[in-house]
Amino acid sequence: MTKERKMNVREDMSWKEFPQGGHIVDAGNAEDFKTGDWRSMRPVWLPDKCKQCLLCWPVCPDMAIPVENGKRKDFDFNHCKGCGICVEVCPFKAIDFVEEE
Amino acid sequence: MAIKDKLSGNEAIAVAMRQIDPDVVAAFPITPSTEVPQYFSQFVANGQVHTEFVAVESEHSAMSACIGAEAAGARTMTATSSQGLALMWEMLYIAASLRLPIVMSVINRALSGPINIHNDHSDSMGARDSGWIQLYCENNQEAYDNLIQAIRIAEHKDVQLPVMVCYDGFITSHAVENIELLEDEKVKAFIGEYKPEHYLLDRDNPISMGPLDMPAYYFEHKRAQAEAMKNAKKVILEVAQEFEKLTGRKYGYFEEYRMEDAEVALVIMNSTAGTAKFVVNQLREQGIKAGLIKMRVFRPFPFEELGKALSHVKAVAIMDKAESFSTAGGPLFTEVRSAMLDYARDTRAISYIYGLGGRDVRTDEILSVYNDLLEIIRTGQIKSTFNYLGVRE
Repeated sequence: MTKERKMNVREDMSWKEFPQGGHIVDAGNAEDFKTGDWRSMRPVWLPDKCKQCLLCWPVCPDMAIPVENGKRKDFDFNHCKGCGICVEVCPFKAIDFVEEE
Repeated sequence: MAIKDKLSGNEAIAVAMRQIDPDVVAAFPITPSTEVPQYFSQFVANGQVHTEFVAVESEHSAMSACIGAEAAGARTMTATSSQGLALMWEMLYIAASLRLPIVMSVINRALSGPINIHNDHSDSMGARDSGWIQLYCENNQEAYDNLIQAIRIAEHKDVQLPVMVCYDGFITSHAVENIELLEDEKVKAFIGEYKPEHYLLDRDNPISMGPLDMPAYYFEHKRAQAEAMKNAKKVILEVAQEFEKLTGRKYGYFEEYRMEDAEVALVIMNSTAGTAKFVVNQLREQGIKAGLIKMRVFRPFPFEELGKALSHVKAVAIMDKAESFSTAGGPLFTEVRSAMLDYARDTRAISYIYGLGGRDVRTDEILSVYNDLLEIIRTGQIKSTFNYLGVRE
């Protein structure tokens, strides 16, 4: 679901409609673009082992670990690139790292 | 009332920059452009401008700093030559694609190798497809006038592209000639205040610049950039008209010198046009209908206008002070002849590459080119389309 923005950039738009110079005029519009499809490794969250310490959340270079009411939820695989930093940082081995199929 | 002075080309450019008083100048010294940031830094030290002068460690950094400053919303200028321009290469394209109206003086010097500090046009000709507007200047007066107009052209809302103002190293940059300057307040009024529509320091409208552009979007952005270059054609003439009202000096895409009834002509750029005008006058005294066209605007290329200007000429020599190694003439030749195919089909055209690495171009050599053109008209035969002038055979 795409949010209503100053400019919703779409693939069917003419060159006349884009912001000049390819500028992004809406902060956070990366949410509109599914960029997780080139992931070759996939983090697997293991809720039983997870202590909700949230050390994984700030190290994610994207924003692919959603947090609600102080607790992390499962990965946002539309945006996770499979970099594995969260896997490395987790003190409780609560994130598995497997090949993407 | 204009101010009469005598200045070198680099002094004239530095004075114009003082009058423009940009927010940021980031530059690195390289012969023969060094004096421009050198003189300008004195204006900064003396408090004559409010400019933030960024002394960088390379030209790649100079252009990068200019891009950052202009993106932040600052009116930004720089200057360079030859290898310096070459080192800016990848950033030139980024400045243009981000639509940042940076204005840069390019003091034309041969590219290495072999290493050489003297004038030809291989540096700016190499950057001709980077997306920058290119203005060329015969002398110090044109360099001064073009730099002031460049600010208006670059910053116009329909253009928003960077501009190079190119003039010949040493010949124009270091030779002192008479010049008419505008008063500081007139320059200030002419260029106006810089009010970018989108800039990074706009707290109320945060934006990102330069994101990754995938195949679904890149082409559209390049198409929009090409349209800006097309818009520049109109804006360049509008700015020139306004400048003429202010100064009485007339500018267009190119200068037509004694072209009304010309049968033989040269198409030429920068300082050698002055030498060639002397030869045109000599030929006219002998009753020979000679003329010349001096390019001012090379990007955008005045395709139709230039083609039409050559339509009544019988034979034309297109003069390149840069080798493109295509084995089919220099860059100016290929583009002018392409325009002639549509608008001047009956005009015969030949190419000359001349003056590389600062080789002197004498009047007798220019005269020999006009004689070659007269020979083509007399015999109807072109002996050689691709030629070199002034090289030892």
